[in-house]
Amino acid sequence: MHYLLKRILYAIPVLIGVNLITFVLFFMVNSPDDMARMQIGGKYTSEAAIQNWKIQNGYDYPYFYNEKVSGINSLTKTLFYRKSMSLFTFQFGLSNQGRDISQDIFVRMRPSIALAIPTLVFSLTLNILIALFTALFQNSFFDKAVRLACIALISISSLFFIFLGQLLVGKIFQWVPISGYQSGISAFKFLLLPILIGVIASLGSGIRWYRTIFLEEMGRDYVRTAKAKGLSDFTILINHVLENGLIPILTGVVVIIPTLFLGSLIMESFFGIPGLGSYTLDAIQQQDFEIVRAMVFLGTLFYILGLLLTDLSYLWVDPRVRLGESS
Amino acid sequence: MTPHWIFSPLYSDLLLYIILGCIAYLIARSYRAPYFKSAWKHLLSHQSASTAIIFLICYFGIGCIDSIHFKTSGVNSAQTFSLLDVLLQPFNINHTTTYSEPLATHLFTPTQSSTADGKILTLYQPIELKHTAFSHNARLDRLYHALLGSAVGFFLFSLSYRLTAISRMQKIPLLTFCMLLIIGGTIVSLATRYHVLGTDKIGQDIFYTSLKSIRTSLMIGTLTTLCMLPLSIGMGLLAGYKGGLIDDVIQYVYTTLSAIPGVLFIAASILVLQVYIESHTTWFPTLEMRADMRLIALCLILGITSWSSLCRFIRAETLKIKELDFIQFAVLSKTKMIRILWKHILPNVFHIVIITVVLDFSGLVLAEAVLSYVGVGVDPTTFSFGNMINSARLELAQVPIVWWPLTSALVFMFFLVLAANLLSDVVRDALDPRQTIG
Repeated sequence: MHYLLKRILYAIPVLIGVNLITFVLFFMVNSPDDMARMQIGGKYTSEAAIQNWKIQNGYDYPYFYNEKVSGINSLTKTLFYRKSMSLFTFQFGLSNQGRDISQDIFVRMRPSIALAIPTLVFSLTLNILIALFTALFQNSFFDKAVRLACIALISISSLFFIFLGQLLVGKIFQWVPISGYQSGISAFKFLLLPILIGVIASLGSGIRWYRTIFLEEMGRDYVRTAKAKGLSDFTILINHVLENGLIPILTGVVVIIPTLFLGSLIMESFFGIPGLGSYTLDAIQQQDFEIVRAMVFLGTLFYILGLLLTDLSYLWVDPRVRLGESS
Repeated sequence: MTPHWIFSPLYSDLLLYIILGCIAYLIARSYRAPYFKSAWKHLLSHQSASTAIIFLICYFGIGCIDSIHFKTSGVNSAQTFSLLDVLLQPFNINHTTTYSEPLATHLFTPTQSSTADGKILTLYQPIELKHTAFSHNARLDRLYHALLGSAVGFFLFSLSYRLTAISRMQKIPLLTFCMLLIIGGTIVSLATRYHVLGTDKIGQDIFYTSLKSIRTSLMIGTLTTLCMLPLSIGMGLLAGYKGGLIDDVIQYVYTTLSAIPGVLFIAASILVLQVYIESHTTWFPTLEMRADMRLIALCLILGITSWSSLCRFIRAETLKIKELDFIQFAVLSKTKMIRILWKHILPNVFHIVIITVVLDFSGLVLAEAVLSYVGVGVDPTTFSFGNMINSARLELAQVPIVWWPLTSALVFMFFLVLAANLLSDVVRDALDPRQTIG
């Protein structure tokens, strides 16, 4: 418990660091004056109008240190505190179009999850199954063919799968719509193609990685013992190798689970799914820094959450691990 | 073009020369070190690795030729062009202003005709194979040039087979080399008169565009590494060796940087960079310089997002190595820290560096395509696979479908990444002492 508390506390300076970096990136180069000019538009950029815009939108503060007020206020009445630290309380403010970002994120999280979780589950299952078989028939023709296919798969740009999928399934056969989204049950037909493509794109690297894990496990002493006992290869594989091999796989997957909420930039924008990924992409393309900053913050938060969950999952699945002593 | 060419390298060219120098130095050195010598032997004994090396040499060769830039001394001195442009001059002559044969089979402007019962039919007229000035029979002319080209290719192959040491290569690399020469000969022979891979919307030759894109891919793949290597090696060694407060600070820095979602960080940095370049246009007078600057900046940013993993590996390995006897001995005999790090620890972690570099290369090449799609990749005016794919994306929706610009970009990229992946697999086997070879 002591260790966990330490990890959680360690997350705070990391988050502040990330905030500082994004703050510097956005504000130092694109100053509030520039933002005001861009928002008001070319003609009416008088000094007064800029000041007015800054006051209206809460940008009328110095960056880091306010000399005009004393005490703790000299730190809180600054742009950094008001714009960056407010993210910690999940107050993301308004986007350039005046929409509430928190509300948008909350609504858009659902399609992202609806896409990401089935993709993860299916690809994980398929990857593990194929990897198990290649490990079982190591150096057979099947194994070699799969290995070759994997190298070819990881060499293909994921964009290719998207194009091909949209072309074949969506356009030529016309089984499912190419893009778009509806909430509820009818979301299924919109999600089918992206999920399929997501699974296929994950095959190459997934199988390769899991295969090495299983092969490593198969070289262990307990496998030799089991063989000496006269157990069949298949039993050993299912009862022992799979169980032990799942530990590194599970802990590897736990890291990415929180980030699933953020959705996939590429998939969502190609298939027109109104999730957080396409939200972020739109924000990038429209230069809506408020949204990008919120998403960077959320991404960091989820990443750290993932690391924390990984530690926890080690503790849970592997009795040999005692947290705190190792680090 | 005036005959006076002035050698005027772009900044990225200079960086590429540095990288090539480093690679050459490393190869030369590694031939002497016994450990790396056995690794080389292992590498070259693998057919897949030597085939991959042949492919990579081709790609790098094209990339290097494309990195030697000249300026004309005439009035129009702003124009910069590379050696590759000069060599490909005959390919890039526009015979047409829109999509063309051989891959476009139908015209894109439909002709409407009404049938007997009054229905209006929309037809796409087939494109006739064009007759050139050289020959009246288009098909025969093509066949003749294809055969001529492949014959020259095969002749070159048999010549080099007789005269050089390549006859000692194994079957598959030899076959690949032969095929490359024959296909190359065919393409070069055809490309002087026709667009081998067709043209894009504005009549630009696809084959030319693809060759020009190679440089950008290689730049991203190698320059990024160059940007991150000094940082991650230095920090990793220092953190692992010194420990204590320095270790904590370095760990904090790389945890923070790797905590930021990669794509978002790149996007944010590129946005900022755009604003910066736009407000400092006087520093980058020509479009080419601006595009070049953006390429370098992209590599730098990619380097920042990817240095942490290598740094972490090196730190962990250094922690292990510094407990070994020979380091303890060096410490006791009052060797300077810099010397210990440079002479004793660095050579022992260098296999990690090489593995990471080769592994990262393919990922970076693929990432460039995705980033360009998101709009935060290289400059839209730069030739790159990402830009090719991006501009070809909408053409897929056209009727009759325009598939060749996209396919060419993907195929060229596929072979580059495949070669890098094949090589990295064998390199990992050869250099990783923990992994059993097989």
